[in-house]
Amino acid sequence: MYETMAILQTMDNLYYEAQRQGRISFYVTSIGEEAINVASAAALSSDDLIFPQYREQGVLLWRGFTLKDFASQCFANDEDSGKGRQMPVHYGSKKLNYITVSSTVGTQLPHAVGAAYSLKMAKEEACTVAYFGDGGTSEGDFHAAMNFASVLEVPVLFICRNNGWAISTPASDQYRSDGVVVKGQAYGIRSFRVDGNDTLAMYSCVQAARKMAIEESRPILIEALTYRIGHHTTSDDSSKYRSITEMERWKSLRDPVIRFRKWLEGNAWWDEVAERRLRATARNEVITTMVRAEILKKPPLSDLFKDVYDSVPVHLQEQEAYVRSTVTRHPKDHPSDVPL
Amino acid sequence: MESTALLQKVTAGMAFRGTPASLLSSSSASSHVARIKLGSRSVIRAVSRLSGLTVKATHLNAYGFGTMPHNSTALKTVNKAVAVKTETGSTATAQQGHELLLFEALREGLEEEMERDPTVCVIGEDVGHYGGSYKVTKGMAEKFGDLRLLDTPIAENSFTGMAIGAAMTGLRPIVEGMNMGFLLLAFNQIANNCGMLHYTSGGQFTIPIVIRGPGGVGKQLGAEHSQRLESYFQSVPGLQMVACSTPYNAKGLMKAAIRSENPVILFEHVLLYNLKERIPDEEYVLCLEEAELVRPGQDITILTYSRMRHHVLQAVKTLVSKGYDPEVIDIRSLKPFDLFAIGNSVKKTHKVLIVEECMRTGGIGASLRAAIMENFFDELDAPIGCLSSQDVPTPYAGPLEDLTVVQPPQIVFAVEQLCKH
Repeated sequence: MYETMAILQTMDNLYYEAQRQGRISFYVTSIGEEAINVASAAALSSDDLIFPQYREQGVLLWRGFTLKDFASQCFANDEDSGKGRQMPVHYGSKKLNYITVSSTVGTQLPHAVGAAYSLKMAKEEACTVAYFGDGGTSEGDFHAAMNFASVLEVPVLFICRNNGWAISTPASDQYRSDGVVVKGQAYGIRSFRVDGNDTLAMYSCVQAARKMAIEESRPILIEALTYRIGHHTTSDDSSKYRSITEMERWKSLRDPVIRFRKWLEGNAWWDEVAERRLRATARNEVITTMVRAEILKKPPLSDLFKDVYDSVPVHLQEQEAYVRSTVTRHPKDHPSDVPL
Repeated sequence: MESTALLQKVTAGMAFRGTPASLLSSSSASSHVARIKLGSRSVIRAVSRLSGLTVKATHLNAYGFGTMPHNSTALKTVNKAVAVKTETGSTATAQQGHELLLFEALREGLEEEMERDPTVCVIGEDVGHYGGSYKVTKGMAEKFGDLRLLDTPIAENSFTGMAIGAAMTGLRPIVEGMNMGFLLLAFNQIANNCGMLHYTSGGQFTIPIVIRGPGGVGKQLGAEHSQRLESYFQSVPGLQMVACSTPYNAKGLMKAAIRSENPVILFEHVLLYNLKERIPDEEYVLCLEEAELVRPGQDITILTYSRMRHHVLQAVKTLVSKGYDPEVIDIRSLKPFDLFAIGNSVKKTHKVLIVEECMRTGGIGASLRAAIMENFFDELDAPIGCLSSQDVPTPYAGPLEDLTVVQPPQIVFAVEQLCKH
């Protein structure tokens, strides 16, 4: 788990910098939430379906998404399993049971309930897991999804990453309830509150919740308290609405990765040498994959009109023909890294 | 103008509208005429008042043919536009098969698919033991169980989202909107996820969902329950839209929609549920992308769908008696349009009239006109006519409501105008 968390941190920092250098257009870091991401993923089985919001790349990393896969998606090259159709960090992998990220806040919650209903009908021994933030709990979909899950009695874990901020909106302006955990009670859902920065607590909580959800076919709400150390996304500069001292304090004193490392070192399972080696290797690998992904070709024009439907209908074929004729007429204006 | 001859023509035209018999009897009609000075403008006005038709062709507004006659009629316009027998080449053979109502045909299609494929399920409000607000799922919960006929709390956006999630993970859900208008609440899920996720996931996740429900203008249901959603959804990429209009095509399209791998929206009409027809006993599935040739003809192509098909057919009876030979096509597939069938028809008749129930602005007719213009401009002898509802919320009062829906006399008039070209 620690290694994954460290690699995640390295990846996040390097991609953030890459965006600042103009090499990718956009990125979302999960700095400060590494424990939630990785520990929860570790406590789940690979059969459990993940319905992410957009700050859960650590879950994907744990499941086996390679650094090359991350790079392909962020650079939208032709190795991307999403075929270059989504913004960076909107990962998706059917193989790893991670449903493609959709930017809309909270819409994945009813999806998770529906998928859990599907699992219940098929009597599978798995659950669905929906991640969302404190901001997401204000969306109508959150309330209806919780209500549905409770009424339908389906095995779904609602994991709220309460990191205190929804872009610039602090949690105190988001809700006046005692956090998110009490909302579960209102819907008749067994709810837990856990220190999201404590890797081991997070792990045991999710492990117990999963068992309950599957054995008793019921939803469970987990509110994981944490702090969003990084900015909302690369389009945000959070020093505009929160103090730098606050961010620094969380970063230096309450970082979950450092906390877990200290515990490992205390048990003599980790040391400085291993740390340096891990960080160096991770950094190298991330940079190598990034540099490689950057220069690869983009997905071809022939993919632009596919997958809108199961087959390409006539009107889309016509539209494609028109685009191709434009390219043929103006070959110099067509980008060289987009094959036809 | 020979007043009696004109009156005869007018009364003949009125016959199909179920006008009270007293007005049809020649004695009362002629006595009415006798009271009016012959040859005067008042005759024309009186006649037009009786028939609801404008004798003078001056009611073309900026759009063409879309307005109502200015003279409010002394007679009621037709409300009951349910054809008793559809003139169609696509119905089954006359005596074999079984008769049922449209909502029963939908149920039959649904049941057959649920028996055939255990992953098919229905999600909606009151679809379980209540049997659905329009009885489409009556009796099915007892047969298939509560899990496959899932009653949901009132949260359209969320149960549509649920269905999308279920569809992505192996089920084939059918979402029933109690009224199509309620699906406006589900617009976010439909536009941002349903039509999109197959594409944005690079083809990894399919969403074989069917979203269906009754829409259109009903019998004084008020503006909120008289929504026509086909105009709003037609722009969403990734969706397919079909509209049923008879028990035969309702069952066939339902089955096809369920079997399709794409998300399909099936538009039903609230006033057509009790339409009766004889349909085949053997299993059949219709093609989602095909239009239906209802009546072949030479003079003009009338394109329509859903309830307006029946208004068109009523108008056709009058038109035929007046010597016209219109070709009627029920376009059925609202997205994508069956431009092959439509094109072949336009090449034959060279004139097009679209009759729809959508609002004028941004409706199906608007897109269809653009598509026909773009593809078949050289075949047209006249501008494309389009009759649609006005851009007003549907009023509750009966006569007002009828004025917002295209009625057969307007269709007759529009055809006559177009055929002058």
